[in-house]
Amino acid sequence: MREGARKIRVSCVVNGTAMSFDAYPMARLLDVLREELKLTGTKEGCGEGECGACSIEMDGALVNSCLVPALQAEGAKMRTIEGLAIGDSLHVVQQAFITHGGAQCGICTPGMILAAVNLLARHPQPDDAQIRDGLSGNLCRCTGYRKIFESVVAAVRPTERRA
Amino acid sequence: MRAFLPAYEMETPQDLAAALDRLASRPGVWKPFAGGTDLMVLLEAGKLPHKKFLNIWNLGELRGIAVSSELVTLGALTTYAEVQRHEILTREFPLLCRAAAETGSVATQNRGTLGGNVANASPAADSPPALIVYDAEIEIVSASGARWVPYPLFHTGYKKMSLQAGELIRRIRLARSHAGWKQYFRKVGTRRAQAISKICFAGVARVEAGRIADVRIALGSVAPTVLRAVRAEELLRGQRPGDAALQAAQDALGAEIAPIDDMRSTARYRRHVARNLLGEFLEVLAG
Repeated sequence: MREGARKIRVSCVVNGTAMSFDAYPMARLLDVLREELKLTGTKEGCGEGECGACSIEMDGALVNSCLVPALQAEGAKMRTIEGLAIGDSLHVVQQAFITHGGAQCGICTPGMILAAVNLLARHPQPDDAQIRDGLSGNLCRCTGYRKIFESVVAAVRPTERRA
Repeated sequence: MRAFLPAYEMETPQDLAAALDRLASRPGVWKPFAGGTDLMVLLEAGKLPHKKFLNIWNLGELRGIAVSSELVTLGALTTYAEVQRHEILTREFPLLCRAAAETGSVATQNRGTLGGNVANASPAADSPPALIVYDAEIEIVSASGARWVPYPLFHTGYKKMSLQAGELIRRIRLARSHAGWKQYFRKVGTRRAQAISKICFAGVARVEAGRIADVRIALGSVAPTVLRAVRAEELLRGQRPGDAALQAAQDALGAEIAPIDDMRSTARYRRHVARNLLGEFLEVLAG
């Protein structure tokens, strides 16, 4: 018998659209999204689940797509950074990152925004500690985090004035 | 070096029986794969020794948290996120919830499982000290049957455990017998979130009339396995949680741990902090 894997056909829903792709079963979902489905908004940082740059939502849960094998995407509903805006209308968190300088080089930004959006799904009105906790799995080397934190605060409490 | 993907097979068994048959068919060849938070890291580093994986992530028989009047029984695929969300665990087993909240990030907590944490057998894992002080039992299943094992006896050496080829961890159960016990957990890492422990301490004790009637203590990252500090416990039983008891217990603890220098910390630091954490635990017992 031949040893080794063949590519498998995986069917899933990404950003509300049914899709299928062929991949080796242990291909990283991150690579499938970027290279098979052409959704290059999801970024690779560390490739070992430490940095959160490749964060997406899978069946409503935030996951590191570098740690999910393609086979486990079968039947899953996924949301990536490409699925947040409606037409030209940005998600409130995306707009807040622009307005408040939450993005600099941009590599961590899609994952950071997915983490924030997922936090809001779990806690629609998070306090400061919950925001910090919700973003704690996402590393940024540009902003020093403060402007990212303030962007999320602005998205959830638009009228709040902070020093 | 990244892995050569065509070399890695993965199958999804229909149910637990099919999974166990597959594991038994070529013992040691097929490796169970759950949330992937450990195995995918090895894959990416080109260090994944197994080539055939059984995707057990969707097996209903390994999921869910069941509560009876005496027990809480957790499926091996219970994630850290599910542990933290469970009302009875939060109330009666806070150390397990703290460990779950301090393991990795939100994304890791959504995919990492208790069974995986146990089977990965890292001495730096954070849920095992809590499972040990709660005197957990784990159910091991195979194509030929099932057995319950006291968890404190499960890890037998560095990355060694009483799990044979063809066996799978199915459930973990905790006795609901800690009402009124004082409980303490502290993980010390490089940063608050997303760090692997330099040292991790879990302790529970029943204090009656100012004396420690019963106590269980376990530590991570201070020995080849997660360690139950039985000698320190012995010295504390019957004592008042004060300076005299602390000094003796700290010396006993120092003799039973065997920390090392590694990339995360030093043996000296770990020894020092282990003593301090024991002190903080006794302060909780005295308070």
